[in-house]
Amino acid sequence: MENRIDYEKIEKRTETRKKIGNVATYALLLFWAVIVLFPFYWMILTSLKSYGAYNSEYIPKFYTLSPTLQNYVDAFTTVSLGQYLVNTVIFTVVTTALMLVVITLAAFAFARLEFRGKNLLFVLFLSLMMIPNELVIITNFVTITDLNMRNTFQGLILPSVTSVFYIYLLKENFEQIPDSLYYAAKVDGTSDLKYLMKVMIPISKPTLITITILKVIECWNSYVWPRLITDDERYFLVSNGIQEIRENGFGRENIPAMMAAVVVISVPLILLFLIFRRKVMAGVARGGTKG
Amino acid sequence: MGGKKSGHGGAKAWLYLLPALLFLGAFMVYPLFDVFVYSFEEGYHSASQTYFGIGAYNYSYVLHDTYFLQAVKNTLILVVITVPLSTGIALLISVGLSSITPLRNLFQTIYFLPYVTNTLAVGLVFMVLFKKTAYSDGLINLILTWFGGTAVDFIDGPYWAKMFVLCFYTIWVVMPFKILILTSALASVNQQYYNAARVDGTSRFRTFTRITLPMISPMIFYLIITGFIGAFKAYSDVVALFGTNLNAAGMNTIVGYVYDMLYGDSGGYPSYASAAAIILFFIVLTITCVNLIFSKKNIHYT
Repeated sequence: MENRIDYEKIEKRTETRKKIGNVATYALLLFWAVIVLFPFYWMILTSLKSYGAYNSEYIPKFYTLSPTLQNYVDAFTTVSLGQYLVNTVIFTVVTTALMLVVITLAAFAFARLEFRGKNLLFVLFLSLMMIPNELVIITNFVTITDLNMRNTFQGLILPSVTSVFYIYLLKENFEQIPDSLYYAAKVDGTSDLKYLMKVMIPISKPTLITITILKVIECWNSYVWPRLITDDERYFLVSNGIQEIRENGFGRENIPAMMAAVVVISVPLILLFLIFRRKVMAGVARGGTKG
Repeated sequence: MGGKKSGHGGAKAWLYLLPALLFLGAFMVYPLFDVFVYSFEEGYHSASQTYFGIGAYNYSYVLHDTYFLQAVKNTLILVVITVPLSTGIALLISVGLSSITPLRNLFQTIYFLPYVTNTLAVGLVFMVLFKKTAYSDGLINLILTWFGGTAVDFIDGPYWAKMFVLCFYTIWVVMPFKILILTSALASVNQQYYNAARVDGTSRFRTFTRITLPMISPMIFYLIITGFIGAFKAYSDVVALFGTNLNAAGMNTIVGYVYDMLYGDSGGYPSYASAAAIILFFIVLTITCVNLIFSKKNIHYT
C-alpha cells in the first residue's frame, strides 16, 4: 500500500515538474518569436500611419485607427523605388541565370569528363573557397573601374557569376548519377551536352532549385559591391536605394514613407520563403551562412 | 571513378570549364595576388596611378591610424559579445524547440524570417525603434521609462548605447542560421542514447550535459567558427543602423574601414585598403586556427 502512494506522489511530482518545464519552454519560445516579429509589425504599422499622425505621436501608439496607403504611393512617386526594384530584379535574374550555366558546365566537367590534372584543379578550386570577399573586392573594384563598367549592369553582375561552393555542391550531386546511364547514352550516340541537358540536369533539379533560391536571396540583399560600383541612382539596387532614401529621399523625417519602402523591399523575399519554406531551410542548412 | 584514359575528351572538358576558369581567374585568383602587390606599393593613389616605392609603409600607416584602431576595437567588442551570446541563446531556443511538438513548425518559420530580410531595410526599422528625436523618444525609450529608466539616444548617443543596438541587431540577424543548424543537429542525435539514459534514470540536466552536448558539439563548434568569421566581417548591419559615415559615428568596423579607404569621400587609397584587408585576413585566420586547436581537445567527433 505504502509503496503505491509513493509512486503516485512521484508521478504527480514529475508531472507538475514537466508542466512547469513546458510552460517555461513555451514562454521562452514565445518571447523570441515576439522579438523576431516585432520589427516587422512595427514597419507595417508605421507604413500605414499618415505623416501627420506619426509625427504628432510623442508616445508612439501600438495601433492606428486611420490607416492610409499614401506612404506607398509616395514611395513609388517621390523616390525611385520602382526603378530600384526593377534594377534588382534584372540583376538577380541575370546573375542567377548566368551563374547556373557556368557552374553546371564546370560541375559536369569535374563529375563526368576525364582530363589531365583534374584532381589538382579541383583541389585548387576548393582552396578558393577560403578566400574572403574582402580580399579580392579591392582589385575587382579597380578592374571594373578601369574597364569603364561603373554604373553598368555588366559591372554589377560579372564578378558574381561564379561560385566555387555551388560548383562543388553540384558536382557531388552529379556524381551520384550512376555511370551506367552515361555509358548507355554514349552507346546510343548521345553527345555529352545532350546527356547533360536531358539526363543530368533533370535528375539534379532539387539541388539546382536550392542553389537558385540561395543565390536569389544573396542577390536581393547584396549591398557592398553595388555600393562600390554604382553612384548613379539609375543603377541602384534596393539595398543602396533604401540607404539613398534614408539619407536624401523624402526629407529626413518622413519615417512612415521610409517604412513603406522597407515593406515593399522585404515582401518579395518573404513570399519566396513562405512558398518554398522547406527548400529554403534545407538549402541554407546545407550551404548558407549569413554575415 | 577513373579508369577511363584521357583521350580526346580532354580538350572538351577544358571547354566546359572555360567560363568558370575565366571568371574565377579574373575576379578571384588575379585579385588575390594583386591585393598583396597593392599593399606594398607606397604612396599609390587611384587618381594619379603612380607610387613611390615598395615597402611596408601602408601597413604601418594603417596600424597607426586612429580610425583603424577604433574600427578594430569596435569589431573586437562586437565579436566578443555577439558570438557567445548568439550561440548560447540559439542553443537554448533549439533545445526548447525540439522538446515541443505543437506549434513547432510555426515557431521555426517565424525564427527563420530575419534570414530572408534585407539587412539594410530592416536595420532602418531598428533605427526607428531605438532612435530618440526631438519630437519622440522612440518606442524602446518609452519601454525603458516604463521600467524607471531614462531615455537614451541609441543611434546618436553614448558609445555603449550604440554598441548595445549594434550587438542586439547583429544577434537578431545571425540567429536564424544558428537555430536552424542546431535544431537539425539535435534532431539527428540517436534516440537510443536518450532511451538508455531514461532506463538508467538519468536526470534531464545530466542527459543534456552528458549526451546532447557532446553529440552536437561539432555543430556548435562549426557555428562558433562561422560566427567568428561573420562577426569579424560586420559591415552592412552597421551601415543600416548608423548610416554610411561610420567614422564620424565612431562605429566603424574593419571591413568598413577597408571600404572607406577604397571609395567614397575618404576613398581613393587602394593600398591602405589592401593592407587593412590583409591584416583582417590574418586576424581571422589566426582566430580560426586557435579555434581548431582548441576544438581538437574538446570536441567529440563520431
